[in-house]
Amino acid sequence: MTDETAPASNAEEASDDAAPEPELCHGVPVTRSRGQRVAHPSRARLVELVRALHQEGYLQCLDVTGVDYLAHGGDRHLPEGLAPERFEVVYQLINHGTRERIRLRVQVPADDAVVPSLFAIHPGTEAPEREVFDMFGVRFAEHPDLTRILMPEDWVGHPLRKDTDAGRIPVQFKAAPASR
Amino acid sequence: MSTIEHHADAAVSPHHDGVVQTGEGSQELTSRDLTAAAERLRELGAVLRMSEADAAQAELEAAPDDETMIINMGPQHPSTHGVLRLMIELQGEKVLRTKPIIGYLHTGMEWTGEELGYMQGSTNVTRMDYASPLFTETAFSLTVEQLLEIEVPPRATWIRMLMNELNRMSSHLLFLATNGMDMGAVSMMLYGWREREEVLRFFEKVTGLRMNHNYIRPGGVAADLPDGWRDDVLRLLELIPPRLDEYDVLMTGQPIWRERLQGVGAISTEEALALSATGPVLRSTGYAWDLRRDQPYLAYDEVDFDVVVGTFGDCFDRYAIRLNEVHESMRIVRQILEHLPKGDYRIQDRKVTPPPRARIDESMEALIHHFKIFTEGFKVPEGEAYCAVESPRGELGCYIVSDGSSKPYRMHIRGPSFYNLQTLPHLMHDGLLADAVAIISSVDPIMGEVDR
Repeated sequence: MTDETAPASNAEEASDDAAPEPELCHGVPVTRSRGQRVAHPSRARLVELVRALHQEGYLQCLDVTGVDYLAHGGDRHLPEGLAPERFEVVYQLINHGTRERIRLRVQVPADDAVVPSLFAIHPGTEAPEREVFDMFGVRFAEHPDLTRILMPEDWVGHPLRKDTDAGRIPVQFKAAPASR
Repeated sequence: MSTIEHHADAAVSPHHDGVVQTGEGSQELTSRDLTAAAERLRELGAVLRMSEADAAQAELEAAPDDETMIINMGPQHPSTHGVLRLMIELQGEKVLRTKPIIGYLHTGMEWTGEELGYMQGSTNVTRMDYASPLFTETAFSLTVEQLLEIEVPPRATWIRMLMNELNRMSSHLLFLATNGMDMGAVSMMLYGWREREEVLRFFEKVTGLRMNHNYIRPGGVAADLPDGWRDDVLRLLELIPPRLDEYDVLMTGQPIWRERLQGVGAISTEEALALSATGPVLRSTGYAWDLRRDQPYLAYDEVDFDVVVGTFGDCFDRYAIRLNEVHESMRIVRQILEHLPKGDYRIQDRKVTPPPRARIDESMEALIHHFKIFTEGFKVPEGEAYCAVESPRGELGCYIVSDGSSKPYRMHIRGPSFYNLQTLPHLMHDGLLADAVAIISSVDPIMGEVDR
C-alpha cells in the first residue's frame, strides 16, 4: 500500500512470515494491528520495557493517550492470557534509526487506576500524562505535577470516561420579545 | 471538595509532602517555596541537562523568593497566538521559570469525534488545526482507511498531496506573518497574510471554503479539482517565489532581524527528542527527521525534495526552516502538476463512497447505498490503528479504536503543537522577557490543536 503511514512494517515482514509463534519484545507479548507492532506490557513491566526500548534506540515517546473500554463490546485483540481491564493507556514510541514504531497498550483496572509515569525517561510525556489524567482519571505515579490540563481546576469528573453524561448544562429559554 | 476549600488548600501546601496523589491542584505557577522540588526541576528544564545534585546546587544559588516576580502573560495577549496563557517567573528581566497554562480553547473535540460517524469525522477534525486543516483531515482519513484496509485511487492520493503541500505553504506564510508581527515587522504581517490569501483563494475554488474544508475524506477527496485549477496553481507558483525573495530582503539578511532571533531560544537535539518535539522545532537542531521522507505516506516517495534542517536550534533556524520549506513545497507542487494521474478521485466502493447523484435515479442499489451511507454511515471493522503525517508543525497523528460500529469508539489526535509547547519553559529559561515573544512565535503553536 502506498497510502499508509506505517512503512515500519516493511522491515519486519520477513520476521513476521518466519515466526508464527507469539512474538516477544523484551519478554513482552507483541501483536499486530493492521500491520503495526503493538506490545502489551503489564503495569509493573512498563518502565522496564520503555527503558530497554530507549536503550535500543526508541528515543522519542510521541504520544500518550487513554481509552476507556467500558462500553466496548467487541474483540480487543489482546494477546492470549492477558486479562482485559477497563482502561488502557496507549504509548507511541519511535525509533528514528531503524524508522520503526511500536505502540504500547497497558491495561489499567478501574479500581486501581495508577500507572507509573514515564517522565523520568521521556520528559515529553509530562503534558500528555496530565491530559490522560484529566480526561480519564488515570493517575501517574511519580509524575511531577499531576494536575488537570484542559479542564478547569474545579471540574468534577473525567469527561472522556464512557460513563460521563454529556450535555448537563441547563439552558434557560426566554420567551420571544413582544413585538412593539 | 468545593472550589473554595480547594483553592485554600492549594495556597497552603499543594505538593509539600511530595506525594503525587494531589490530583486536582492548581494549574498555575506557584511561588518557589510552595513548589515541590521535582516540579521545580521540571519547570527549570533541569531534568534534561543536569544531575539532581547539580540542580540542587543551582537551586541554592537561585534567587530567594522575594527577589523574583511571577507575571501572567495571556490568555489574551496579542503575541501569544490565540488563547495561550503563560506564567513567567522573572528575576529582573531574566526568565527563571515558565509554565504554559492551556485549555482555554478546549471544546472536547475528541469526545465529539466519538459521537460522529466516520463520514462526518473529517468535519470535526478539520477544526482542530485551523491554520492547516487539510493535514488533520489527511491523518484522520489515512487511519480510517487503514482500519478499513482499503486503498484509495492514485489520483486521490496525488490530489491529497497537492492540497497538503499548498496548505503547508499557506500555514508557513501565516507563520512568517505572525512571526514578523511579533518582532515588530508589521509590514511583514500584511505581506504574509496577503500571500496566504492567494493560496486560500485556490482552496475556496477547490473545496468551497477558505478554511475547515472537509475536503479530504475517508475513501478519497470530496470532489475532483475544478476546471482551470492548473492555471491557478501555476499562477501561485509564479506569484510566490518573488514575494519570498522580498521576505529575504526584508528580514533574513537584515541585522535587526538577526539580532532578535539568532541565539535566542536555543535547544539541543537531545532536549528536543526528550521533550517529544517534532517538526521545525526538532529539525532546527540539525536532526533531519521528516515523515515525508523517512516514513513516506501518500506518494511522497515518488517526489523529489529536500528536508530543511537548521544548525543551532534557535529562533532564527526555525524561521529559516519554514521559509525554505515553502520553497520545497513549491518544488513538490511542480512535480505533482507533472505527474498527477488520471482516474477516480475517490474509491469506487459503494460501502464507503456515496454513489454519484445521477445513478440514484436509475439504480435501486445506488439509492440503497446512498440512503445507508447518509443515515447510518459505514461500519469499520474492530481494531485500532495510528497513522501520522508531517504537518507544518510536526508529527500529526491520529489514533482510532473501532468497535465495529459506524462511529469511532475512541478518536485521538496527536497535535504537534501540544507537544511542542512543552519546550517553551526550556527555551525561555535564562532568557530575557523581551525574547519570550520571539520564542513563542518561533514554536508556532496553534491553540485549536493544543486544546482540541
